[in-house]
Amino acid sequence: MHTKTITATLTALALSAVMATHAGDEIVVDGSTTVGPIAKAFAEHLMSQTPALRISVSESGSGNGAKSLINGACQVATMSRPMKPQETLAAQVKGINPVAHIVAMDGLPIMVHPSNPLKGLTIEQVRNIYFGRINNWQFLGGPNLRIVRISRDTNSGTFECFSEMVMNKTRLASNVEYVGSNGAVRQRVMNTPAAIGYAGLGFVDATVKAVPVNGVMPTAATVLDSSYPLSRPLFMYTNGEPATGTFLHAFLTLCQTPKGKELIKAVGFVPLADGVQQ
Amino acid sequence: MHSTNVTPSLLLSTRSRRRRRLAAGLGRAVLFGVRAVSAGAVILIIGFIVRDAAPFVRLCGVREFFCSTQWYPAGTPAAFGALAIFYGTALVTVSAALIAVPVGIAAAVCLSEMLPFGARQAVKPVVEILAAIPSVVYGFFALVVVAPLLQTHGNYLLAGLVVIVGIPLGGGVVLLTGTLLGRGAARRRGAPTWLLGGVTAVVAALLLAALWRCLQVQVDSGTNALNVAMILAIMALPTIVSVAEDALQAVGRDLREGSYALGASRAQTTLHVVLPAATSGLIAAIILGVMRAVGETMVVWMASGNAAQIPAPWFNLMAPVRTLTATIAGDMGEADQVTGSARYHVLFFMALCLLLIALICNIVSEIVIWRKHKALG
Repeated sequence: MHTKTITATLTALALSAVMATHAGDEIVVDGSTTVGPIAKAFAEHLMSQTPALRISVSESGSGNGAKSLINGACQVATMSRPMKPQETLAAQVKGINPVAHIVAMDGLPIMVHPSNPLKGLTIEQVRNIYFGRINNWQFLGGPNLRIVRISRDTNSGTFECFSEMVMNKTRLASNVEYVGSNGAVRQRVMNTPAAIGYAGLGFVDATVKAVPVNGVMPTAATVLDSSYPLSRPLFMYTNGEPATGTFLHAFLTLCQTPKGKELIKAVGFVPLADGVQQ
Repeated sequence: MHSTNVTPSLLLSTRSRRRRRLAAGLGRAVLFGVRAVSAGAVILIIGFIVRDAAPFVRLCGVREFFCSTQWYPAGTPAAFGALAIFYGTALVTVSAALIAVPVGIAAAVCLSEMLPFGARQAVKPVVEILAAIPSVVYGFFALVVVAPLLQTHGNYLLAGLVVIVGIPLGGGVVLLTGTLLGRGAARRRGAPTWLLGGVTAVVAALLLAALWRCLQVQVDSGTNALNVAMILAIMALPTIVSVAEDALQAVGRDLREGSYALGASRAQTTLHVVLPAATSGLIAAIILGVMRAVGETMVVWMASGNAAQIPAPWFNLMAPVRTLTATIAGDMGEADQVTGSARYHVLFFMALCLLLIALICNIVSEIVIWRKHKALG
């Protein structure tokens, strides 16, 4: 009698487990905290249209996203920088063929606290600040406060772009504070009057102040025509080209449709110009 | 009285005796197997970490790791100097211990010796709830609430901290002086009360000076060593209070009753009999609390600022620091696993260092408890 109940319960559990895995299609997205909001907006839109579809979006950094794609843990790796040669090599060793899709354009705004009277910075000045040569806001026409520099950690594509475009790959000062996501950068700058930081264009809102770099303010127009010096494309990588008609293809080509461009604009980034090929 | 041949066999038959022995042996084997599995898991963890940490020693050697403060694993050329990171771990741990130990021991003494039973039943679960809060919630609280608070009202927060920590710490110092003065040569000379009064006055003056200095402090950045030290102290507090309170309760009634019988007051019993008797348990409590602080990752990663530097001056708690745990958590994603670079293996070397620290703390606490048992037994 006991054995019968036990066997029956176990079979029922096994069957329900098997049925649960066939409940619908699933896409796993992992990677950049910059592209994360775009991926989440796309996921919500597609999931509202197709109830059986499940898309999960994680944001652990561009480097982590590439690693997940290489290990087969995700289908889409969102990255705010192009894949490095070592990563491409590692992917090919594991039999993954990474294909890049440009989803949107982004500019790296330099953010300060709204109470900071700063009128603008040159790239040279930003480099000197982060290198440690300029330590007090009074040398830049601001209040007598020690500059608190916020940077993204080395896991981040945003950090790599900043390092390449602004720092020319030199080392940052040793008292630079590192945070784990673009949202955290905004949160720190918002709360610290003496702070300076950089994130993605979509993270600039009324709580922080973006300053013009080399005289150019980061807006959608200046990022698209590259007059803003710190512009960069945002990528989504997949293993090979997704087959037309699958949900994965729909997810990746959403950025070219008017609805996708509207979603990208709503999150604060710059959609690709009409007619631009991926 | 003639005894019939009624000798009820009190011995078991051979067959049931053998069965019993087999069952006992089986039970012992199963329990040994379970114990072996848990010990084996620990040994396997240590083995894997050592296996992945060794390539770093082969690639870069340990000299730069332990002597240089330049931590740039992503730079070209890469620099793996972790001295500033070790200093960061030490700074936040020692600061957290300085806050948590006086408060925790005082709370344990209060719970065990002074509060009536009903109040104790009410307060103890509240302290234990602190242990149940997830560390990421503490980290979030540190980043979103404490950091801006430190920036705007840092001086008041610091002054409050000095009061909360200074009073038990000062009380402990006065107590220690009193105990030392009551011994040996000083007692024979008739230890003057005014000396003790002098010490109390000095401690009080120091506290007031510290308070006044704190009210002048201006904090630039709220994510710093002080923020982390405060939150780590709150996280270590339930451990310290629980273990210390158990140690105080374990001091038997006979010791207390003996002290009362000799005419000592309640305060004298607590301070001169119970506390010294429970020393080994208190030390074990402190070590456990320190281990909790050393191994904490989420709070330090979110709220310490993560700057690999030795603050100037060395005791400046208002500067951002970087700890071992936060470095491992923050750099793991970017470290190139496939090409087996030094950047990946250095993280395992750091994990090995953390493991060794935990092992040493454990061994020290075991030795302390064992020596006390030897002394008593």
